Amino acid sequence: MFPLSSTMEIGPAATAAIAIVLGLGFGFFLERAGFGSARKLVAVFYFYDMSVVKVMFTAIVTAMAGLFLLSAAGVLELADLYIEPTNYAAQVVGGLVFGAGFVIGGYCPGTAVVATATGRLDGMAFAAGMLGGVYAWAEFFPGMDQWIAENSVEATLPGLTGIPMGWWVLAFVAFLALAGWGMALAEKRFAGLRP
Amino acid sequence: MSAISASRHPAAARDTPAAAPYWNPYVVGFFLGLTLLATYLAAGRGLGATGAFSSVAAWLASIFSPEHAQANYVHSRYLASGSPLTAWLIFLLIGSFVGAAVSGLLARRSAFTVERGLRLSDAQRLWLAFGGGLIAALGAKIARGCTSGQALTGGSILNAGSLAFMLAVFAAAYAVAWMFRKEWL
Repeated sequence: MFPLSSTMEIGPAATAAIAIVLGLGFGFFLERAGFGSARKLVAVFYFYDMSVVKVMFTAIVTAMAGLFLLSAAGVLELADLYIEPTNYAAQVVGGLVFGAGFVIGGYCPGTAVVATATGRLDGMAFAAGMLGGVYAWAEFFPGMDQWIAENSVEATLPGLTGIPMGWWVLAFVAFLALAGWGMALAEKRFAGLRP
Repeated sequence: MSAISASRHPAAARDTPAAAPYWNPYVVGFFLGLTLLATYLAAGRGLGATGAFSSVAAWLASIFSPEHAQANYVHSRYLASGSPLTAWLIFLLIGSFVGAAVSGLLARRSAFTVERGLRLSDAQRLWLAFGGGLIAALGAKIARGCTSGQALTGGSILNAGSLAFMLAVFAAAYAVAWMFRKEWL
């Protein structure tokens, strides 16, 4: 039955409408969390407000549990979902560069859109920098883009370890509970850093 | 300019009774997770943000020179399925923009301000935001995804590369944060 994209024919207009509706939810909830504010976002890197990790991790665990339960119930075909192929060097190097840009710029690509939508001028500057960055990548590094694309393989934790997805879901839920307790302690310990 | 400098303390502005408090992060995370799940169920793929910027870049390149854009390995991928401005991620981002604008207005958080610490100027902050955006874009292109497309989307399906990306992002950010504390603290 799911995903709908592989069980029924969805025209371009319907696809666009679905994307807009899902985007509405994405933007709305990101703003509700306070992620249109650079200071709220970077606070996580000074430990006095761990909201970024709380929101991200809860979202990941919720979606993960949903995917697992629906596939276990036989209504979702996990193999039909698109998974970005892995190239560890690319994801680690890219992640390191991205992390530095996150602290310096105060946003990530999605939250810069949220910030722009709520009037933050620095969010607009970040988005302009993003556009310049992706343009520069296409112009100056097409060879590297091609190398990464051609040297990536599918690699998921259940596939690599042989441990089924359900156990991973349980492990992530347990880790979230533990992390929630640790983050509450950290926020108390570093409350003095709050500007 | 006065409208901008008058709101030099955006955090303080939010603390006034006029602005609604943010939702509990675990509650928002749950709803965000459901949004991501719905995206998977409907489209067979997750959320993303960087790809929309790449589509716009490809569109701009094709305005300047269609031949050049078609010959470019990166641009041409975003031009492959018709106009790059009708890509799935563009509509997703348009929706995100509207959803965020509605939420910000309802909570009285929308304002033309600059988010920064108290020890630097608006101009300094804007240049840092631009530079950070440029760096983050390069990182996202190397990693083939950002916090949306890799960390959230790939993480929820236990994609090994996405989890490696997430660890690397936080490692670098915590390492760099102290150097840039003047920007924020």
